Amino acid sequence: MENEKHHIVSYKTYTVILLVLIALTFISIGITNIELGSFAVTGALLLASVKSFLVLTYFMHLKYDKPYIILMVAFVFAVFLAVIIITFFDYFFR
Amino acid sequence: MQATSKIPTDVSYLEYKGKYKGLLSWILSTDHKRIALLYMYSMMVLFLVGVALGLAMKLELIAPGKTIMEANDYNAVFTVHGVIMIFMIVIPGLPAVFGNFMLPIMIGAKDVAFPKLNLLSWYVYIAGALLVIASLLFGPGTPDTGWTFYAPYSFKTGTNMLPAIFGAFVLGFSSILTGLNFIVTIHRLRAPGMKWTKMPLFPWTLYGTAWIQLLATPVVGITLVLVALERIFGIGVFDPALGGDPILYQHLFWIYSHPAVYVMILPAMGAISEIIPTFSQKHIFGYKAIIASTLAIAFVGYFVWGHHMFTSGMSGTAQYTFSILTFLVAIPSAIKVFNWISTMYKGSIRMETPFYWAASFIFIFMIGGLSGLVLGALSTNIYVHDTAFVVAHFHFIVFGGVGFSFFGAVHYWFPKLYGRMYEKSWANVGWLTFTIGFLALYSPMFYLGMQGMPRRYYDYLEEFHSANILSTLGSWVMTFGLVIILINLYRSSKNGKIASINPWDGKTLEWTVPSPPPVENFDEVPVYGEKDGPYEY
Ligand code: HEM
Ligand SMILES: [Cu+2]
Repeated sequence: MENEKHHIVSYKTYTVILLVLIALTFISIGITNIELGSFAVTGALLLASVKSFLVLTYFMHLKYDKPYIILMVAFVFAVFLAVIIITFFDYFFR
Repeated sequence: MQATSKIPTDVSYLEYKGKYKGLLSWILSTDHKRIALLYMYSMMVLFLVGVALGLAMKLELIAPGKTIMEANDYNAVFTVHGVIMIFMIVIPGLPAVFGNFMLPIMIGAKDVAFPKLNLLSWYVYIAGALLVIASLLFGPGTPDTGWTFYAPYSFKTGTNMLPAIFGAFVLGFSSILTGLNFIVTIHRLRAPGMKWTKMPLFPWTLYGTAWIQLLATPVVGITLVLVALERIFGIGVFDPALGGDPILYQHLFWIYSHPAVYVMILPAMGAISEIIPTFSQKHIFGYKAIIASTLAIAFVGYFVWGHHMFTSGMSGTAQYTFSILTFLVAIPSAIKVFNWISTMYKGSIRMETPFYWAASFIFIFMIGGLSGLVLGALSTNIYVHDTAFVVAHFHFIVFGGVGFSFFGAVHYWFPKLYGRMYEKSWANVGWLTFTIGFLALYSPMFYLGMQGMPRRYYDYLEEFHSANILSTLGSWVMTFGLVIILINLYRSSKNGKIASINPWDGKTLEWTVPSPPPVENFDEVPVYGEKDGPYEY
């Protein structure tokens, strides 16, 4: 497609993101050693979310995409979140 | 976009001689129209297997006690029947056949966005089907869990579950790939000037459907993998003995499988929304309302899955949340029914075969939908859950809805598919026989369910006998109608009268290209002007 701009992301950005991802992986392993009780899962999920956010924005180029594509991804996450919340209507009130 | 292509525009896709000959020219073709027919023929074979199993069940139920099979065989038969009908027929059904064939033509494109991926989807579909069939032929006993694969039985039973589960998983991939293909096609390949608000309704429903395929199918994929892991390694996600939660399985399964019923019904509604304006020769009533209700159904449909689990022991809060949401999703469905009826109002209606199918679709779909409200209300659900009532409900919707719409679509687009017209009087006889048989087959099940006859049993109490006889007789009448329909279509595809470009005076783009269409559909890319629209009569 000639009429679309291509963004070239520098190696440096990619390397930085990669290092951050690796660091976050070690952190998520690390915190399993701390007794957090029921927050252990929350912590793990939060870290995983940050990681997938980074992958989506940089590695999958969302940052440079048209707004409607970003909107689509946001919509998917909204649906996903709603599904999880409704599932917990069962687990929290059982 | 390729500017020049050497593919002739005066040779139809059926006669075109490409690189390959004979069978290879079909199974290696990336032409969306040939792929559509590949799907149609493979589905027809599987459908007949499913019908045979259904007939066997009805024959078993013609009298109490053992008639033709043992209890275990009955369990296997309803499982395989369900898996074939749901995962191989009604879920891919309209998108894979008519979506593939018509979507590009209706939006003025030469093909789907990714033709090779499209062919791959068919291979993946066949691979999934073969895996399921393998579970019947090899290994220790045919799967007997029902198409729902409920835990913990699905990893405890000694039968050959793994190929069946893996097969359903693979079939899901085919669905995801088709969905992705259609989303991109609709976003990128619409004819110049065809704004979103000028796109015909069948593509619109395919668009809603494609999003569900893309987002919901992975959930069932992962769930089935978990069941397989549970079976092989005993990982304990669903096994209560290991601290797992079997109700979690039901959540995950229905998070996919309820939206999946909208994968089935939305394109069926789309086809009806094409047939009704054509045979009423009138602009569709409430074009935007139909689009809005399509998207609303697709969206709200994600959040109602718990209505399949009211008796499973989930929390009261969840129960009434799901009940309310279920009632909400009935509203957009009703909106569509009103739109179809209003389209017919004061139209000049032509009583042709597709119109008969569409009209009976509305009738049967309404009964199915209203019985859904009986199931969606907590108090009545507890009473009829897991009885023949549920079987009647979903056959009215899935067979009476999706099936009738599919046959309507076949009779509507047949002249475009083959360039020939079928024998109309036989088609009408087939429709009438089929409809009478259908009603006789499934209506008694509403009554039986209310009286307390459970589903998924090969035996029943003497008091249910007479209604069951009626139902079995209905299954024979319906099958007889099916035979008439299929023979008529088969013979007409070979030597029916040559059909014109636009035998029904339709206004959508597929009626502007030759019947059957050339390989790249259009000589020139069609352009939509300010005043053009899909239903301008
Ligand atoms: C007005 C709309 C609808 C409502 C309120 C509704 C409600 C329900 C409920 C509550 C059940 C669960 C019954 C039970 O097991 O106790 C059910 C089952 C079912 N419904 Fe619907 N439904 C609706 C439309 C549809 C549509 C459009 C389809 C498919 C195209 C569909 C297909 C099914 C199937 C396949 C089952 C049975 C699943 C099984 O094997 O347990 N329904 N419906
Ligand atoms: Cu449902």
